[in-house]
Amino acid sequence: MEKLLAINKLSVDFTLRESTLRAVNKVSLSLDRGERLGIVGESGAGKSVLGFSIINLISKPGRIAEGSVIFQGEEISAYSYEQMRRVRGDRISMIFQDPMMTLNPVLTIGEQMRESLKAHMEVSTAQANEICLEKLRKVYIPSPEKRLEQYPHEFSGGMRQRIIIAISLLTNPAMIIADEPTTALDVTIQAEIMELLLELCETEQMGLILITHDLAVVSQVTQRIAVMYAGTIVELGRTEDIITHPQHPYTIGLLGALPQRAGSSGRLNQIPGVMPGLARIPRGCPFKNRCSLAAEICATKPHLRKSSSGSEAACHMVGTEQSTAA
Amino acid sequence: MLVRIRNLVKEFDITGGWLDQFRFSGGRIEREKTIVRAVNGVSIDIPEGRTVSVVGESGCGKSTLARTVMRLYPPEAGEVYYREQRIDNLSSKELKPFRTRMQMVFQDPYASLNPRMTLGKILREPVHFHQPKLAKGEVRDRVAAVMEQVGIDPDWQSRYPHELSGGQRQRISIARALTVEPEFIVADEPIAALDVSIQAQILNLMMDLQEEHKLTYLFISHDLSVVEHISNQVAVMYLGCLCELATAEELFSGPRHPYTQALLSAIPRLGKRAGHERLSGDVPSPISLPPGCVFHTRCRHARERCRREIPVLSEVEGGSRVACHGVEEGRI
Ligand SMILES: Nc1ncnc2c1ncn2[C@@H]1O[C@H](COP(=O)(O)OP(=O)(O)OP(=O)(O)O)[C@@H](O)[C@H]1O
Ligand SMILES: Nc1ncnc2c1ncn2[C@@H]1O[C@H](COP(=O)(O)OP(=O)(O)OP(=O)(O)O)[C@@H](O)[C@H]1O
Ligand code: SF4
Ligand SMILES: [Mg+2]
Ligand SMILES: [Mg+2]
Repeated sequence: MEKLLAINKLSVDFTLRESTLRAVNKVSLSLDRGERLGIVGESGAGKSVLGFSIINLISKPGRIAEGSVIFQGEEISAYSYEQMRRVRGDRISMIFQDPMMTLNPVLTIGEQMRESLKAHMEVSTAQANEICLEKLRKVYIPSPEKRLEQYPHEFSGGMRQRIIIAISLLTNPAMIIADEPTTALDVTIQAEIMELLLELCETEQMGLILITHDLAVVSQVTQRIAVMYAGTIVELGRTEDIITHPQHPYTIGLLGALPQRAGSSGRLNQIPGVMPGLARIPRGCPFKNRCSLAAEICATKPHLRKSSSGSEAACHMVGTEQSTAA
Repeated sequence: MLVRIRNLVKEFDITGGWLDQFRFSGGRIEREKTIVRAVNGVSIDIPEGRTVSVVGESGCGKSTLARTVMRLYPPEAGEVYYREQRIDNLSSKELKPFRTRMQMVFQDPYASLNPRMTLGKILREPVHFHQPKLAKGEVRDRVAAVMEQVGIDPDWQSRYPHELSGGQRQRISIARALTVEPEFIVADEPIAALDVSIQAQILNLMMDLQEEHKLTYLFISHDLSVVEHISNQVAVMYLGCLCELATAEELFSGPRHPYTQALLSAIPRLGKRAGHERLSGDVPSPISLPPGCVFHTRCRHARERCRREIPVLSEVEGGSRVACHGVEEGRI
């Protein structure tokens, strides 16, 4: 398999008045052509910031503090703003978590779609319209001709999300970073959109990084999963291994919180405590203040290493007696 | 009943500019309007201390229904009663006492939080507005307590929304609805951006508040396993209309309406590719509603009568209410 993307020890810092916060901490990941990687994890763990940093969209007070991103053999993390602009929205697309943030409220959907297409391609307005309509149909927007002339606030939440997906597909990118692309969609349309993305990965060899909280979706769509907690990857491995035999205590807790796993009392299982703010992440293992297995050794930072399930986990206790008891 | 929704209709005029309304046809100038009928005659009862969920296809009118019930939109027709008092026709001044008791969590947390306000201000403002007599210290304590409940560090009060992750922002909008201690909460996709553990924390919190204070929820979500878990009643909408209204147990154990059946078959399951029932046929648009049953263009049980006559919601054995000719004729 050909490497599409390699992220090496990438860190992102936010410099605030009082302190510097590390939102992404030495993350290394890679993606092959046509491969589908899922990123899951605690809310606030740094998944979106990681996505932004891959396409160099971190702006003040944030900055990439260290590491590199290599895409199709080019070190895009060293690119100038101009150079990067030509890659972004062309060879790499990103579907942002907040649709309203991406869409310009004072322009119609048609104007925005044609504009983003023309920024990367020589097309006439008529051709551009044709392409826009084709993509809107692909994401199941009814009456697309009428809809092109409407403004973002006139669409439902899920329709806006589908329009963003349509925009991200306009240039047939080699890789898509999709940040919660289907949270606002009902399960039938979600299933269709996921099938569309899958098909693009299979037929066009498009790479997909899927950031989502929906463990069922991620288990069906991706081949590998990275689990993030407080800026670091705590578990990385084949989807099947992680879903059926989670190793890291955080991953175990996460899967246990699904409604299907609720006890007979009706209460859902939650991981005790909350993820500390970035300024208060404990030294050593970032999960240690919430972990039932924490021991003295957890004061030193665990690194990813192979576990018996095949996945890599960053936990001192993985592979020891205790972890199987959890 | 805490809230009764009766035959509610909400339309949007999307004709556009003034000149866009005119068409030249057959040698005459004609005026033509484009109307979206987002909510089409919906009736739901919401008993006190219960959770009623609304599910359905994206764009079917759930958020519009919620906003119309909250009186953020005036309805075209129909009524909304709160504790048997009609509220859909009140002036905004007359509505003010109801505004404290009813709160809404909006679907899009980014758009609903003022980017220029700190989190502390966002959370204090509704309390100041609705309970101006409350002492400063009390307001502060309540805001801190609510932040804690939704899992956000109370020390973050001086931060701005853009400094938060998607899920953190969503928790702030939930916190904002809770600060004024309402009795009725309309929650539009309140947990969509949360990981399952925090989802569990928020849902447990909602259930605890319901138990302690008899809170009532109108809950909108695409996550059907969550809906199954927390709802008493579930309303299924399709293209602005109610197609099935049932208790959560009835609905999830034996969906009756063909759309509900298709919807439930698509629930993604951990590790298994969904072999969902694919809906073929044209996705109709609320701009030109199909005649007869709104679902007939995609229904595999559709017959001649379905294309002509609008099915009405009627009770079937088990107590569910279903709007489908096929069910009524006993062939589904
Ligand atoms: N502009 C900013 N200034 C300060 N802190 C920030 C800023 N943007 C993000 N952060 C912090 O960085 C951390 C990671 O945020 P990120 O949006 O990547 O989380 P996430 O994993 O995508 O979470 P969610 O699942 O809730 O979307 C959060 O704790 C957030 O508060
Ligand atoms: N302000 C508006 N102006 C014009 N049309 C609107 C407006 N708000 C909603 N609509 C239309 O009303 C219909 C219903 O939208 P609504 O937002 O209620 O859907 P929804 O069921 O909440 O969908 P989702 O699950 O995607 O959030 C859609 O066709 C939408 O385009
Ligand atoms: S009324 Fe007819 S078209 Fe509508 S759902 Fe029932 S069988 Fe299908
Ligand atoms: Mg995010
Ligand atoms: Mg909505």
